Amino acid sequence: MLRVLAVAGASAAFGARAASAQGASVLSRRIARTGESLPLVGLGSWITFNVGDDLVARNRCADVMRAFFDAGGRTIDSSPMYGSSQDVIGYALAKLGHPKTLFAADKVWIAGGSRGPGQIETSRRRWNVERFDLLQVHNLLSWEAHLATLFAMKAEGRVRYVGITTSEGRRHDDVERIVRTQPIDFIQLTYNPVDREAEPRLLPLAGDRGIGVIVNRPFREGELTQRLARRALPGYAAELGCTSWAQLVLKFIVSYPAVTCTIPATTRADHVRENVGAAREPLPDERMRQRIAATIAGV
Amino acid sequence: MSEWWTYRLSSFLLFSERTYDRLIELYNADLWPAHVGTLALGVALLTLPRAAGAARVRVSLALLAAVWLIVAWQFHYRRYATINWTAEYYAIVFAFEAIVLAVAAMRVRRAADMPVSDVRMWTARVLLLAAVVAYPLLPLVAGRDWRHAEVFGLAPEPTAIGTLGALLLLRARLAVAALPLAWCVWSGLFLWPMRPMQAAIPLAAAVAAVTVYAVGRAR
Repeated sequence: MLRVLAVAGASAAFGARAASAQGASVLSRRIARTGESLPLVGLGSWITFNVGDDLVARNRCADVMRAFFDAGGRTIDSSPMYGSSQDVIGYALAKLGHPKTLFAADKVWIAGGSRGPGQIETSRRRWNVERFDLLQVHNLLSWEAHLATLFAMKAEGRVRYVGITTSEGRRHDDVERIVRTQPIDFIQLTYNPVDREAEPRLLPLAGDRGIGVIVNRPFREGELTQRLARRALPGYAAELGCTSWAQLVLKFIVSYPAVTCTIPATTRADHVRENVGAAREPLPDERMRQRIAATIAGV
Repeated sequence: MSEWWTYRLSSFLLFSERTYDRLIELYNADLWPAHVGTLALGVALLTLPRAAGAARVRVSLALLAAVWLIVAWQFHYRRYATINWTAEYYAIVFAFEAIVLAVAAMRVRRAADMPVSDVRMWTARVLLLAAVVAYPLLPLVAGRDWRHAEVFGLAPEPTAIGTLGALLLLRARLAVAALPLAWCVWSGLFLWPMRPMQAAIPLAAAVAAVTVYAVGRAR
């Protein structure tokens, strides 16, 4: 018999349920240090939002963001490394009237600490936000200097949370060292049913220390979902409320208790609704998570 | 960049194929009918004789300098840089090559003593045909939109490939061809994850041109 997280147990793990325009509740998870809740599925902007000055493509991105907010999403993540993505996000936010529910997560990505503040200010102007909710040191580039800058900004109220990022399993030793020695609020790393390097060490450590976890590359930039599309969805997916492989992958990720949210990127409004739709009960328990991982590994 | 060996070439692609194709489409629409002029230049280079006179060599090099400047400014700086932050540096590289070609044009004093060899001539013509005729037709061959055609004199890869061919016919020194060669290799490598068949063209052009230069020096 399929076992899923009991509703009572789920309530203990999650924070508020955000109502979406579709009427069904979107599950959130609390940031331990502040109690603020973030929906389990956010929106990434790597490649998908780097569309330059193409107005048709920019409006398409705005449609994606509209669908994202309507579905109950909050967290949008970007970086100066992502080309024009920040500008496109700023364009879309202006078009949407600057939704109040936005949780703006960006990064500092520049060698040399002295250049960080200037880059952060440029990013803020591109987003056209008063301040970022979360600023992260991208791929640990010059992390010592940039963390000092970000902690100072946090003390001044110019950012709410401070974090670091890595991807594809790189530099987990450094991430662990920083988690143990620095008062950061978030880490961002890669985690999905086939990339599970973070599971034995970093995820439990972040959970123990009350550090939020944002998961990038949930679909390996589309490679995972494209590979899975060749196979029919397993029968148990329907019991989890999944209508696609993407939702099954996302449920695997966000059902890990230490994960705050994951940030799949997409160019399609229907896909963003589907992605946010994965942040709904039921979520798989540990036994079902292992079954999902085994199924996907076998494809 | 630590753990650099764990990165793939595809890790450095900042944009999707669709975004790049749209960039080309909008670029072509903005610059039309400049394509008529640059393709005419390409045909003129294709029909260069094996022993071109000094005036013709000078004019050819000067016009090549002009198209490299066009690509530097109109493509790399004004458009490609909107989706690829490294394109601002590419603009500098292409502008530098424009200067190199312009200086080469100014230094032409007299016609060559002998016509170019058969090997050099045929390699040059194949490269120019690839740049002027084949490259713009690639979208159609691949089943994509004709508006995504990359045209000699306006887009970087066919411009670099065609320049290599022209420089072989114009008997230009290897130093003048160094940046077009480097661009063919660089762009081929980064195009490979996205379109390997298309990437093979600039890579093959670089190999062909280097081989001809090497054979020429060996004699």
